[in-house]
Amino acid sequence: MISADLFSNAVVSGLLLGGFYAAVAIGLAIVFGQLDIVNIAHPAFIIVGAYIAYILNSRFGFDPVFVGLLAAPAFFVVGAVIYRVYFLAFERTGQESLSGLAFFFGVMFIIEVVLILIYGVDYRLVQADYIGQSWRIGFVDFPLRMLVPFAVAAALTAAIYVFMSRTFMGRAIQAVAQDRLALQLMGADPVRIKQWAFGLGIATAAIAGSLLIVIGPVEPSVGRLYIGRAFAIVVLGGMGSIKGMFIAALILGIVESMVSTFAGPSWSPAVAFGVLAITLALRPAGLFGRR
Amino acid sequence: MVRIKTRSVLRTLGIALASAAFAGSAAAAEPLKIGFSMALTGGLAGAGKAALIGMEIWRDDVNKKGGLLGRKVEFVYYDDATQPANVPGLYTKLLEVDKVDLLVSAYGTNLIAPALPIVMRKKMVFPSLFGLAANEEFKYDRYFQIMPSGPSPLTDWSKGFFELAAAQKPKPQTIAIVAADAEFALNAAAGARKNAQAAGLKIVYDKTYPPPTTDFTPIVRAIQATNPDIVYVGSYPPDSVGMVKAAHEVGLKAKMFGGGMVGLQFAAIQKNLGPLLNGIVNYDFWVPEPTLDFPGVKEFLAKYQEEAKGKGVDPYGHYLPPFAYAYLQVLEQSVNAVKSLDQAKLAAHMRKTTFDTVVGKVKFGANGEWARSRVLMVQFRDVQPDNLEQFAGPGKRVVLYPKDWKSGDIVFPYKQ
Repeated sequence: MISADLFSNAVVSGLLLGGFYAAVAIGLAIVFGQLDIVNIAHPAFIIVGAYIAYILNSRFGFDPVFVGLLAAPAFFVVGAVIYRVYFLAFERTGQESLSGLAFFFGVMFIIEVVLILIYGVDYRLVQADYIGQSWRIGFVDFPLRMLVPFAVAAALTAAIYVFMSRTFMGRAIQAVAQDRLALQLMGADPVRIKQWAFGLGIATAAIAGSLLIVIGPVEPSVGRLYIGRAFAIVVLGGMGSIKGMFIAALILGIVESMVSTFAGPSWSPAVAFGVLAITLALRPAGLFGRR
Repeated sequence: MVRIKTRSVLRTLGIALASAAFAGSAAAAEPLKIGFSMALTGGLAGAGKAALIGMEIWRDDVNKKGGLLGRKVEFVYYDDATQPANVPGLYTKLLEVDKVDLLVSAYGTNLIAPALPIVMRKKMVFPSLFGLAANEEFKYDRYFQIMPSGPSPLTDWSKGFFELAAAQKPKPQTIAIVAADAEFALNAAAGARKNAQAAGLKIVYDKTYPPPTTDFTPIVRAIQATNPDIVYVGSYPPDSVGMVKAAHEVGLKAKMFGGGMVGLQFAAIQKNLGPLLNGIVNYDFWVPEPTLDFPGVKEFLAKYQEEAKGKGVDPYGHYLPPFAYAYLQVLEQSVNAVKSLDQAKLAAHMRKTTFDTVVGKVKFGANGEWARSRVLMVQFRDVQPDNLEQFAGPGKRVVLYPKDWKSGDIVFPYKQ
């Protein structure tokens, strides 16, 4: 039953899918993993990113991924503003846990409803030359519709990883995650740093959205399907670890693809989340978590 | 004295005039209210909004002709947000608070079934819009469903697909069935399984996938590994797109592919998939082929297409809107024929009459479904890339089945 052909294709499909999952989860790895902000609206921002890619693609024929990169700075600013509101309304008064969660739920619904009111609920898709093309190496297929998102996600992860470990702001973000008070005592402004980090997290949603719409059709509420997976990946990778997040995303992708191929697709979420549960039982902090 | 007299005369005269007016065109003052809920937000909102446009066109057409029973027709409707749990409350409100004169259903099986117990208690006739076997358990004798799935909806749904397969030479021997883990798709797959067994096909792959599936290539590859002659798919719009793209990327070698894929009927998805659709055989209910050019349908679609502009709904509206218009035509023709709103008389009339609608002649069977199935199997042909307009006219979705409406022959085996 298990042929080398099927097996290697399942692994490759899983890797490519996992790469895309990483793009979805990386913003949360920063916002939830580093800052402990339960931004449940993150997938909704991804949908906004997908719609912007759709609009510029259908109007002007821009490449969707290029649009994602173009939109990222604007998303950064929006993210920074949202964090400012969140800070003033909840974090400053210490109400971030429950009220903050409700706030992001609200943000998610507002985004969905606004998209529905403006663009309706029809499925939206984009056109690009590579969609539908496939490379073949030996007996292994690389559909470009999945390969392009994988490559972009890998580059994005590498860039964020380098930023976090090499730059002053990146290290400051990690510092604020570890000990806010100590950072404050050293004369840095934790609110400004968190604002930066939140903006960065939301900026990745622009890119992830453009990848999502390359893979398949998008409608305003489709983001909800990714909430569970994205949070699971961040937890599995270890809160705050970018490297762990990327590996966790690949593991989830490969597990899903293998189960889909060999056991039946309806088992894949159960098995994928089973892997999450077992990993957390053995390593409560996740694969590469801060302890 | 005189003054009092004058006043009382005037008063009497006034009452007389008023009551005369009331008796003469009693109803002219009182509009006839038709109540329903519709998915205007949530998962089915795209279709729900399109259906509503079709229904409003009917309302305006009827009012232009003087209304129903001489009364102006008005809609009372609420958004059910695609939540079945909202539906019983909304229909109770329509009946008890708004006191509507007639009821029709929302769009879709999951939103029709929850209304039925309420509607049955009040013994209202219930024209319904696209319920797949929604009355199977209730067996309500005043339920009249407009989707042409036929008297045994589960198997009629895919019957054409299997009859076409059986007629090919060499006759296909093996089949793969794949469906989404959700109500409609599972029903479609169950029907396909029965039909496959009846046709003597060996089922070599029979699996379901969860609705949030991002990448379909592993599934298509697993199907390909079993080397089936034909592949039957029961899927929802985003999955249908994923499945068609994955089939192309993997190079699926089946001789027939399609069946129950929801979404391939919608213009935006057709435009995006373009030539990848060529050869796929899939269900549909109405396509712009000359064999289905029923009186009034083109005029209706022209109005719909004008109204649909800028509303984010399907720009051509071939799939659902004509049926949303037709189920109200059924109601209209019955009310006009029995000249009353007596629900028993309306139901009796609906049971025995053949209606002329924009979707053709409609005759209901004992369970309120169409007496004869008209689930079309259409094959995509000669589809060009990135061109929406091509789907407006005939030639791109050729009707293969049933033979009364056939507009061309199947291309077999299906080629990528």
